Amino acid sequence: MTDHPDPATLPDPSLLKAARQFIQALPHARALGMDVLAIGAGRATVSMAYDPRFVGDPATGVLHGGAVSALMDTASGAAVMCHPEAPGGTATLDLRIDYMRPATPGQRITARAECHHITRSVAFVRVTACDDDETRPVAMGNGAFTLERART
Amino acid sequence: MVKSRRDAALAWLVGSVPYAAFLGIRFDRRGDELTAHLPFDEALIGNPILPALHGGATAAFLETAAIIELSWASLWAQMEAGQIDISALTPGQWPVLPKTIDFTVDYLRTGLPRDAYARARVTRSGRRYASVQVEAWQDNRDKPFAMALVHLLMPEPPLP
Repeated sequence: MTDHPDPATLPDPSLLKAARQFIQALPHARALGMDVLAIGAGRATVSMAYDPRFVGDPATGVLHGGAVSALMDTASGAAVMCHPEAPGGTATLDLRIDYMRPATPGQRITARAECHHITRSVAFVRVTACDDDETRPVAMGNGAFTLERART
Repeated sequence: MVKSRRDAALAWLVGSVPYAAFLGIRFDRRGDELTAHLPFDEALIGNPILPALHGGATAAFLETAAIIELSWASLWAQMEAGQIDISALTPGQWPVLPKTIDFTVDYLRTGLPRDAYARARVTRSGRRYASVQVEAWQDNRDKPFAMALVHLLMPEPPLP
């Protein structure tokens, strides 16, 4: 995006470790086998292996949209939480997902989310999900998230 | 006789979606009216502190309710017209399901750690495209905790 990399976007091993532990502590993310690949400065990459239990249509073996949206929602929430101006916790207000093509059966899905704008009370996120062919996204989404401030 | 045939048709349709079984989604039928039921399970939790259902589990529940409602409407019509005989289906023969084009979910309240229910309404069903609205609630039918609007691409050959 810029000629000068922001130091905050450089990989931070301790943040990645903490994010992995955080996602692992969410039962539904654990049930779907989600793993954080990268995190920092309002961006998060979360991945999920193909599993026959997550299929939506047995005739084609294509993953259910719900499994892909769970991954995209999780990546989006993680992107909000690691935004430098985010006060802490978050919850999804709304999320719109366009399913552009069926995910190729057998391939891992990776969601990349970016919290591109933040106000005092709302965070806006863009998210893309890809299988092995990263030039043609499987799905793209836009969401609004709450910002939960510590109660005083 | 008629009831068991209709129940078998619904079981065949719902049984064709592995992810619905993974989440534990069931469907109750009163005539042609369906209510989706998501029994609570620890694996559906997204926020263990509150605790609250994962938005992704809620979204998948709503999307499944929409897909099954839309497919059920055409399956019901075919059954009533005598165009399909569920008892004559061979194992491995599955319905051709509509494909989701886009999905918009509105989270109205925290999903509580208990059972959830959903009803879908097909607001438009054309030859190629369909629009379905879905509402999910828990304790109180008048206080939905999530709503969704789903656009779907109708299957090429009609079911099955």
